[in-house]
Amino acid sequence: MPDIAIRIRDLGKRYTIGAREEQHDTLRDQIAAFAARPFRRLAPGGFAASTTIWALKGVSHDIRRGEVVGVIGGNGAGKSTLLKILSRITQPTEGEAEIHGRVGSLLEVGTGFHPDLTGRENVFLNGAILGMRKAEIARKFDDIVAFAEIDQFIDTPVKHYSSGMYVRLGFAVAAHMEPEILIVDEVLAVGDAQFQRKCIGKLNDVSRSGRTVVFVSHNMAAVQRLCTSAILLERGRVVRVGDARSTVAAYLSGAARGGYVAAAPTGAAQILAADLEDTSGRPLEVPVCTEPIVCRIRFVLPERSPGTFIGIGVLSTDGAPIFTSQSEDAGIACPAGPGEFDACVTIPPDTFLAGDFHMALCLWNGGGILDLQEPALSFSVETGSSPLYRGADLRKGYVRVDCGWSVTSSDAVSIEVVG
Amino acid sequence: MSTPPAALPVTHIRPGTRAVSFTMQEVWHARELLYFLVWRDVKVRYKQTVLGVAWSVMQPLLTMVVFTIFFGRLAKMPSDGVPYPLFSLAALVPWTYFATAASNGSSSLVGSQHLIAKVYFPRVLVPLAAVLMPAVDLVISFGMLLVLLAWYHVTPGAGVVLLPLYAALGILTAFAVTLWTSALSVRYRDARYVLPFLIQIWLFVTPVAYPASMIPERWRLVYALNPMATVVEGFRTALLGTPSPGSMAAVSIVAVAAALVAGAAYFRSVEGSIVDLA
Repeated sequence: MPDIAIRIRDLGKRYTIGAREEQHDTLRDQIAAFAARPFRRLAPGGFAASTTIWALKGVSHDIRRGEVVGVIGGNGAGKSTLLKILSRITQPTEGEAEIHGRVGSLLEVGTGFHPDLTGRENVFLNGAILGMRKAEIARKFDDIVAFAEIDQFIDTPVKHYSSGMYVRLGFAVAAHMEPEILIVDEVLAVGDAQFQRKCIGKLNDVSRSGRTVVFVSHNMAAVQRLCTSAILLERGRVVRVGDARSTVAAYLSGAARGGYVAAAPTGAAQILAADLEDTSGRPLEVPVCTEPIVCRIRFVLPERSPGTFIGIGVLSTDGAPIFTSQSEDAGIACPAGPGEFDACVTIPPDTFLAGDFHMALCLWNGGGILDLQEPALSFSVETGSSPLYRGADLRKGYVRVDCGWSVTSSDAVSIEVVG
Repeated sequence: MSTPPAALPVTHIRPGTRAVSFTMQEVWHARELLYFLVWRDVKVRYKQTVLGVAWSVMQPLLTMVVFTIFFGRLAKMPSDGVPYPLFSLAALVPWTYFATAASNGSSSLVGSQHLIAKVYFPRVLVPLAAVLMPAVDLVISFGMLLVLLAWYHVTPGAGVVLLPLYAALGILTAFAVTLWTSALSVRYRDARYVLPFLIQIWLFVTPVAYPASMIPERWRLVYALNPMATVVEGFRTALLGTPSPGSMAAVSIVAVAAALVAGAAYFRSVEGSIVDLA
């Protein structure tokens, strides 16, 4: 099959959780662990001490030459792991991938930049790290500097650069690589809007020149605009492959994500399930800015435990907390139990700007946390048709705040002063 | 799309160590990157330090002064008939290179974690570059050694043509050590505490402060298992005309070759999991 650029077969990557404890950082630990080994199996639960998770499992896919593939999915879906394997940064645990052509991978902008070196020196260093030949970098040097728009600072050490300049120079070098296959991870998340447009334009050129691009992004608009197809990953598995538009739609509608369901009952106080609903109790597929979002949380208290609280936390997609809310805020303590209970929390309308969010759930009492799921579920809020959100692209941030405003003429005051 | 598909290189990514381990061909292909990594370290070093070039000269020079006072004057250490300052400096120049390169190289992989996590290139370039960088210092401090030779009116004989070979043996020794220690220190962070101690001991089993001729004849070949013994004695032979290391050289070369082959094998077995261990 001559037109295949990347062939992926049953690719899997396993990580050991609790690696921090299991990994023997010092020889002494290693010796201690070795000495303890015969006894470990006798200890109750000894085998469970190190659990493994599959960051990626059974992934198979063919990418044709010239295809621009978006890889999408929530946090922890395995997107970055897939890119790292394809970039040869880490090894798969099982399966294989076959790559036809030279690979340029751009998992970070300005990889290997040294703060004490000048822009010029860093262009050569970074180019070499990305796999470019010295002669090739020299030939493209002027284009790179022009693209980055930093001509007058090219001989200044990059530690004096603003973060915008740094990112521009980093992307400019990478944009001038000419591999047959380009692997790009979330680099468009940096830089200002104008530069992002420029980057997308450059990626467009790359794909139009017949090269293959694998692109991970949380920027769904960019994925839809750039990619010919998309792969949706969830918990390390491919859940959908198709054209970019419908795959992004499937992801955003949350159909692929659903609510939260506890993996297994623990017998202790636990959050069992959570779902988003509208005010009339129907499952909420696409939350809209102007409508309330109801989160219904089912939890169990196996014993009588007065003073228990339930709360939610809303996080941005990069994990920053936006706000938290708990039953106590409304003056409600949970029933003391024992039993199963439903808590309903209503997030008022006009809270969110359009975007992707995660929700964390927490159950606790005076003694500490009983159950914490972070993030338990994810949702995307859409703008809807309200005039309040017109020019949504220009609004920054996560939430809408209803600020008071007044604008008056200051002429009268200035005339008085002059007079 | 002028390139016919058949001309495209095919990369296989599979589990196991071979998948991402280096091959000589790959290292050769990445020689420009190696150059840039060395160049970066040299540039940064001379930009950051106030004394810059002076540092590479100061360290062996000051050690020579201390050695001359304590070993030369007070302990009356024999020096194969050569003035003691010259005798010790001829050894301290390659030794200082080795000590710097070994400690530099050992921490190189851990220090480059960030780079390794973001881009693929043959990982072996990292310790290799870290070992080659101090060679610049070696050249500079060698210049100082020449000055001292002129001061004592010593003219090297024909043996000086072998000097580059002894220097190469020193670089290979440092690289062999580094292949082990850099890979080990990714896994065992205490490697970094062990190494300074190891180098200190190593200094005493190397004929830096004393001549190899002090070692009983029958023990010399065992002694030569330490390749730095041959390197140091080789520098003296080439420049000062002291007795040649002779058959010691053969033992040292075999020792270095064995350490390199085994070190490369160990490095290969570990390099695939460097990112996951970090």
